[in-house]
Amino acid sequence: MNIAVIDYKGGNVQSVLFALERLGVQATLTADHATIRAADKILFPGEGEASSAMRELRAQGLDQLLPTLTQPFLGICLGMQLLGRHSEENDVDLLGILPFDVVRFPAAAGLKVPHMGWNNLQQLRSPLFAGLREEDYVYFVHSYFAPVGDYTIAQAAYPAPFSAAVQHQNFYAVQFHTEKSGPVGTRILENFLRL
Amino acid sequence: MLTKRIIPCLDIKDGRTVKGVRFEGLRDAGDPVALAARYAREGADELVFLDITATNQKRTTLIHLVRDVARELDIPFTVGGGIGTVADVEALLLNGADKVSLNSAALARPELIDELARRFGSQCIVVAADTRFHEPDGWQIYTRAGTHNTGRDAVQWCREAADRGAGEILLTSMSNDGTKDGFALDITGAVSRAVSVPVVASGGAGSMQDFTTVFQQAQADAGLAASIFHFGEIGIRALKEHLRQDGIPVRL
Repeated sequence: MNIAVIDYKGGNVQSVLFALERLGVQATLTADHATIRAADKILFPGEGEASSAMRELRAQGLDQLLPTLTQPFLGICLGMQLLGRHSEENDVDLLGILPFDVVRFPAAAGLKVPHMGWNNLQQLRSPLFAGLREEDYVYFVHSYFAPVGDYTIAQAAYPAPFSAAVQHQNFYAVQFHTEKSGPVGTRILENFLRL
Repeated sequence: MLTKRIIPCLDIKDGRTVKGVRFEGLRDAGDPVALAARYAREGADELVFLDITATNQKRTTLIHLVRDVARELDIPFTVGGGIGTVADVEALLLNGADKVSLNSAALARPELIDELARRFGSQCIVVAADTRFHEPDGWQIYTRAGTHNTGRDAVQWCREAADRGAGEILLTSMSNDGTKDGFALDITGAVSRAVSVPVVASGGAGSMQDFTTVFQQAQADAGLAASIFHFGEIGIRALKEHLRQDGIPVRL
């Protein structure tokens, strides 16, 4: 299998490459359009800040390429948020593949932001979660989130429900870190590779 | 529900764990990679590696270690100890560290926190604050492995660090560290209430009840300890079962 991990200086991609390596899968870290187009599966990890990520995607023409891809695609963390329409984080327009707007967790007494740590997955509805149980734990680190909508395929709550995972056609994405979520995260990556 | 995190801390010197770690069935107890994998299997929520090497070879050795750990480990890990520049942080993150922990360098030049948070995102920037209580000044911040009193107030410094972009505070009470009498509840609670980012309590854990207490009474988001885990006095799984019985949300 030929897997492309999108390279747009989007933070800790090394963890994702190592997670794939643990599954015995070779992946190529690349921004090359032809290589990405030819891949069987695409991973789109990301950390950090939305507007600088979008700037880098535009600089490489990836903002034009990514929405046209038809193979199974998995966004992770910031890589999920970037699939939306707009982010409150420095007021930036995103890729527009999914119809959500990314907003910040509200400042509220006792609510620590970033939402950092292990939280439950709920209302799982996707082959991506085959073999998982409701309430299984995965690892989150984020200050912004996508609200729940028709595209939501798993929820988490902090304290209100938000999209832990989304899907539109071949575009799957998760807010949590599959590569840092123990055996549960590994299972999700395996499921994705089988799609 | 977001769970409280249990975090074992490993002290690293020249790429090996020190302070002694005693695990049955683990032949080479000094190997950080084997230990990390073991803790992950037992249910640790994260790991912290604190590098205490003081040589020029330090960076290369540490980066190799980070890479080896990241290759094996499927839970998040933080690396701290002597991190002073953007280049240090970049090298660690590129090799698979999930977060870096700053201490003395942040106090020497607080703008470093802003620069790192802007460049890499707050989610991977931890500020470690070592504090000690003494009359009449109260809780003060120490640097250089706890040898130098900065004269800064602990709550005030933690608030500044969070305002500058730290995504997490790792608060160690030197007054409690090694005592096994429990975490410093007053300062942990005060910092927890003063900042809007997560606070990791460290220093003084001696029993399972100490973790319950720091979560219930000091609003800590995570509890960190070293020797009680390394010497098997408290098992991670047993600790988490204890916490769950006490009504504290944990990942089991």
